[in-house]
Amino acid sequence: MIASLRTNWIILTTSVEERLVYRGDFVFATLIRFLPIVTQIFLWGAIYGIHTSSPIKSIKSYSYHEMVAYYLLVMVGRAFSSMPGLANGIANDVRDGTIKKYLIQPIDMLGYLFWARVAHKLVYYLVALGPFILVFYLCRHYFAGWPDAFTITVWMLSLMMAFLVGFLIESLIGLIAFWFLEVSSLIFIYMMLNYFLSGHMIPLDLFPEPLSSWMQMLPFKYLAYFPGTVILGKYSHQELIFELSIEVVWIGVLFSLNRIAFQRGIRRYSAFGG
Amino acid sequence: MNAIVVKNLEKTYKVYQKKEGVFASLKGLWRRDYKTVHAVSDVSFSIEQGEIVAFLGPNGAGKTTTLKLLSGLIFPSAGEATVLGYVPWKRENEYRRRFSLVMGQKNQLWWDLPAQESFRLHKEIYRIDPQQYTRRLDELTSLLEVRHLIGQPVRELSLGERMRMELIAALLHKPDVLLLDEPTIGLDVVSQRRVQEFLKYYQVEQKTTVVLTSHYMKDVEALCKRAIIINQGRIKHDGPLSDILDRFSNYKIMDVQFDGDDMPRDFSQWGEVIECEAPHVKLKVPRNKIPEILTNLLSRYRILDVGVQERPLEEVIAEVFTEQKNEAAQAQNEKNVLHSTSD
Repeated sequence: MIASLRTNWIILTTSVEERLVYRGDFVFATLIRFLPIVTQIFLWGAIYGIHTSSPIKSIKSYSYHEMVAYYLLVMVGRAFSSMPGLANGIANDVRDGTIKKYLIQPIDMLGYLFWARVAHKLVYYLVALGPFILVFYLCRHYFAGWPDAFTITVWMLSLMMAFLVGFLIESLIGLIAFWFLEVSSLIFIYMMLNYFLSGHMIPLDLFPEPLSSWMQMLPFKYLAYFPGTVILGKYSHQELIFELSIEVVWIGVLFSLNRIAFQRGIRRYSAFGG
Repeated sequence: MNAIVVKNLEKTYKVYQKKEGVFASLKGLWRRDYKTVHAVSDVSFSIEQGEIVAFLGPNGAGKTTTLKLLSGLIFPSAGEATVLGYVPWKRENEYRRRFSLVMGQKNQLWWDLPAQESFRLHKEIYRIDPQQYTRRLDELTSLLEVRHLIGQPVRELSLGERMRMELIAALLHKPDVLLLDEPTIGLDVVSQRRVQEFLKYYQVEQKTTVVLTSHYMKDVEALCKRAIIINQGRIKHDGPLSDILDRFSNYKIMDVQFDGDDMPRDFSQWGEVIECEAPHVKLKVPRNKIPEILTNLLSRYRILDVGVQERPLEEVIAEVFTEQKNEAAQAQNEKNVLHSTSD
C-alpha cells in the first residue's frame, strides 16, 4: 500500500517535471484560454440588450449577471474536467505500441495515466491561479455575494469529481482504440457532443423540454453545468446531496466500464497483435 | 535448472487482406477477407538458467513473436510456456518484476526528461532497495560509460547513448531473465561493440538468462554459444553455434599464396573462385576435399602460404534461409500442380 503510494507520488512528481519542460508553450496556452470569456460577456450583453433602453430581465431563470457568472464558473469547472490529449494519447499508445511498456512493467496503465494527469492539472493551476483570481476580481460585480459554507464545500467536491468524470469518460473513449485503431473522428464527435451536453455552450435548463431533462440524466452535466450552477444557488441543500450521490454512482459506473474495457482490450490486443 | 520451458507453442493471427483500389476499400467496409498467418508453429525448446541463446531468422520468421509470448505481451493460440515458473501471459506482478524486455526500436524512457528521472521511476515501480539502486546505477553507468549523461534530456542523446540508457533502465531491477530484441539495431560499429562487450561481461557476472534476437551475426558470435534458428514460424536448428557450420555448410574457404606467377590458370577442378589476384587466390572448396586439394596443389606448385577458414556465419545462415524459402516455394508449386491436375 505504502509502496504503491510512493510509486504514484513519483509518477506525479516526474510528470510535473516533464510538464515544466515546455514552460513557454504552457504559459501561453494557459493564458489564451481566458479569451473566450471576454467574447461571452459581449455576446450575452448583446442578447440581453443591456445597452438598450429596455434590457431583458431574465432568460428562463438567468439574469444577465447570472449568465456571465455561469460562464465564469463553467470555466473553473472545465479547468478540472477537460482532459486535452488524454483519449488521443491512449489511442496513440495502442496504435504505436507504447502500450507494451505498461504490459511489461509491473504497473497499472490507467493508474499511471491518472497520476500523470493529476500532475498536469496541478501544474496548470500553478500557472492559472493568478489569472483566475484576477479575472474573478475584475468580474466580481456579476456575483450576488458569497454562498454559504455548505454550498462552497459541495462546489469544491463537485470540482474534484468533475475531474474524475472527465478523466474516466475520456480514457474510456481512448480505450476504444483497442477495437478501432483510428478514434480521432470519434473523439471529435465526443468533443462536439460534450460542448452542449456538458452545458459548456449554454446552461442545460435553457434547452426546451424534454431535451433539458434528458440531458440532465447524463453524466456530462457534471463536467461543467453542475459545478457552474452550484454556486449560483440553483439547488437546495437536499438537492445538492442528491446530485452528488448520483455523481458518485456515475463515477463508479464509469470506473467499472474503464476496467472492463481495459481488460477486454488487452485480451484482444494480446490475441491479435502486440 | 530450466529458466524457460516452451512446449508446442503456436501463434496464429488473422490479417485483413485489403485489395488494391478505392472500390475494394469501400467493399472492405462491410465485408473483409482475412488470411491466417502462422507466426509461430509448434515451437518447443528449453533454456537453462544463466544460458545465453540467440534466436536467428529472417524478417517475419517468428523471432519477435516468440519474445512477445515469453514477455506476456500476447497469448498463444496453443501450447504452453513457463518462464521462471510463471506463465508469462498471466502477467503477474511477481513475474514482471523479474524479467526485462528491451526492444531496439522502442523507447521506455521519458523523452523530455533526463534518463535519471526515468531510472528513479523504475526504482519505485520495481520496488528497488534504495542502497542497491544507488550501487547498481553507479555500476551500470560506469560500465556503459554514460555516467556524465544521465542528467541530460533523453531527446538530446545520440541513438547509441539512448540504447545504453535503455539497457540500464532494463537492468536496474536485476532481472533474472533478459529478453533482447535487436538491441544493436541502427547503432554504429563502436556502439555495437560497446553494447556487446557490456552484455557479455554483465551476463557472465550476473548469470542472467538471456534470449537475444539480432540480424547482426557479430552480436551473436560475440555473445552466444547456442543458437535457435527459426524460419516461417518453425524451429530449423537448435544447438551450438558451431554446429550450424558443420550442419549447413559443406564448404570452407581456402586462401592460397603462390610463389610468383607459377600458378594454375583454371581452378574449376578444385573449387569456386571467390577472389583472384595473382599470385593470391581465394577458393570455396568442398569440406571433404581439402586434404586432396592441398596435396595436389603442394605437389605441383611452389606455395608460400595456405589458410583454411570456415565461411562467415552470416553467409551460411543466409544460404540456409534462401534454400528453405526455395524448398517451401517448390512444395507450394507441387501442391498447386497437384490441385490443377485433380481439377
